[in-house]
Amino acid sequence: MLKNDIVDTIRQKALWMRRRAFTMVFDAQLGHPGGDFSAIDIIATLYFGVMHYDPRKPDMPERDRFIMSKGHATGALYTALCAAGYYPEDWLATYMQPNSKLNGHPNRNYLPGVETNTGPLGHGMPVGVGIAIAGQLTNSDYRTFVLTGDGELQEGSNWEAAMTAGHRKLCNFTLIVDRNRLQQGMGTEETNGLDPLDDKFRAFGWDVKTVDGHDVQALLDVLSTPPSGRSKPLCVIANTVKGKGVSFMENKASWHHGVPNADQFETAMKELV
Amino acid sequence: MAAPAVKHEGTHDCRDAWARTLEELAAQDPRIVAVVNDSVGSSKLGGFQKKYPDRLVNVGIAEQNMVGVGAGLANGGRIPFVSAASCFLTGRALEQLKADIAYAKFNVKLIGQSSGVAYGELGPTHHSIEDFAWLRPLGSITVVVPADSWETVEAVKWAAVHDGPVYIRLSRMPVPDIAVPDRVFRPGKAELVREGSDVTIIACGTMVHLAVAAAAELEAGDISARVLNMATISPLDESAVLAAARETGAIVTVEEASIHGGLGGAVAEHTAGNLPVPVERMGFPGFVPTGSVEWLFEHFGLTAAGIARTARKAIGRKRG
Repeated sequence: MLKNDIVDTIRQKALWMRRRAFTMVFDAQLGHPGGDFSAIDIIATLYFGVMHYDPRKPDMPERDRFIMSKGHATGALYTALCAAGYYPEDWLATYMQPNSKLNGHPNRNYLPGVETNTGPLGHGMPVGVGIAIAGQLTNSDYRTFVLTGDGELQEGSNWEAAMTAGHRKLCNFTLIVDRNRLQQGMGTEETNGLDPLDDKFRAFGWDVKTVDGHDVQALLDVLSTPPSGRSKPLCVIANTVKGKGVSFMENKASWHHGVPNADQFETAMKELV
Repeated sequence: MAAPAVKHEGTHDCRDAWARTLEELAAQDPRIVAVVNDSVGSSKLGGFQKKYPDRLVNVGIAEQNMVGVGAGLANGGRIPFVSAASCFLTGRALEQLKADIAYAKFNVKLIGQSSGVAYGELGPTHHSIEDFAWLRPLGSITVVVPADSWETVEAVKWAAVHDGPVYIRLSRMPVPDIAVPDRVFRPGKAELVREGSDVTIIACGTMVHLAVAAAAELEAGDISARVLNMATISPLDESAVLAAARETGAIVTVEEASIHGGLGGAVAEHTAGNLPVPVERMGFPGFVPTGSVEWLFEHFGLTAAGIARTARKAIGRKRG
């Protein structure tokens, strides 16, 4: 596929994911749509332009791994896995319903394609580092991608894992920070500031790239570069907009776990085209 | 770190059995790796490190990361044995044990070293007497507490082939071998160490040999005490507990742990709901005062004489 076609495909998938995720949240009257929308372009780029996997063989040892460390953004993850072919679309309609496989936070024992259970923050990085070490031990070529929120980086376990990744030069490991600058109540910098985030990761022994987290072409360029030329783990700081794609949601912390009423849902669907 | 525990004739530090067994298993199965938090020495993994330097993942003093890395190694097809002082492994990384290991059901083996009050004088920050109460509700983690070197070897071998998370709780206190003819390690099952009809002493780990000595002392006073080695705390061998309640009418539990939520708690929960009989729980009521392991055992009655005394009390509480 030509590069422009890939970018178009990713954009189409991301649009479908936004519409479908917002429908899930509207139907359930539960969810975290603001964080879904800031992450969706990143996740769509990974699944439809970067990662190697086979939805028919979710346990294939050589698969690339993706861990959604900000596990509350299930609207983004569940729609991506569905679009990638791990399960049929009718599963999405059960989101958060009693006994659904689509819990409010992902469970690998319920859903194919989920690599580890997340929800409490600061869990994805250590697990991802373990997967990357296993890849080194077995001389495997697979890559491990972890997406964290930015506020999530206030959890100390991330920095324990960041030290290990830097120390062991895990070039097969990529962290993507969904840098929307908002946590559930207010801005990250007002709460417990993260800047200068790039310098922090460099000091821990990482390569750091900063991109526009909604520019599919830019994401594709930085994420699809094979790790063979690197000697360090890669941190991609993806500058994003919480609630991206819906005018009344953008950059509003209240949409962290806000849910739409019927009018808001209708308006959003008109904008998401 | 604490001074080495006093070693008596005929006793063994179960950590030696653990380390030897892991090295043997690693020679047979390349998937086996060890994960530590700067705990190579206290886990006795120096030999493993020499033989398999690449397969020893030392994350430094970072227990949350250590447990998460263990889960990730399991995702990558390895069989990780995550070994650290049990106070830090379970206390510092409890949410990782819950979310990454128990809830996610990763095939990770957790080895809690120097558990209970093994660190004696170092105090409650370094004691691990809460671990049973923390891990029991996590369900999918099988909690095994070997009583001696033989059982340690068998538990480690079993854990390596069992598909699921396991917590093996070891001491650094040298213990004698438990004398049971033709022993077979059966995870999830109580081991009948001694038959008896007046009372049942249910013990685990370092307390089993003391329970046996207590039963001998009781026998001299014409009291017939059954002794069960409850090496698996979770899941509990409920049928053995019910049989003890039905057939002996009184139970004493003995563990080098808090009396809240551990072996005693499990036995009391099960008997209360099914066949209420007197249950006396021996262990520690909370944070303990400063003292050596030996002094702490004596102070809290965790001796043959203390257990025998409690057994008589339990018998005295029987109805009619």
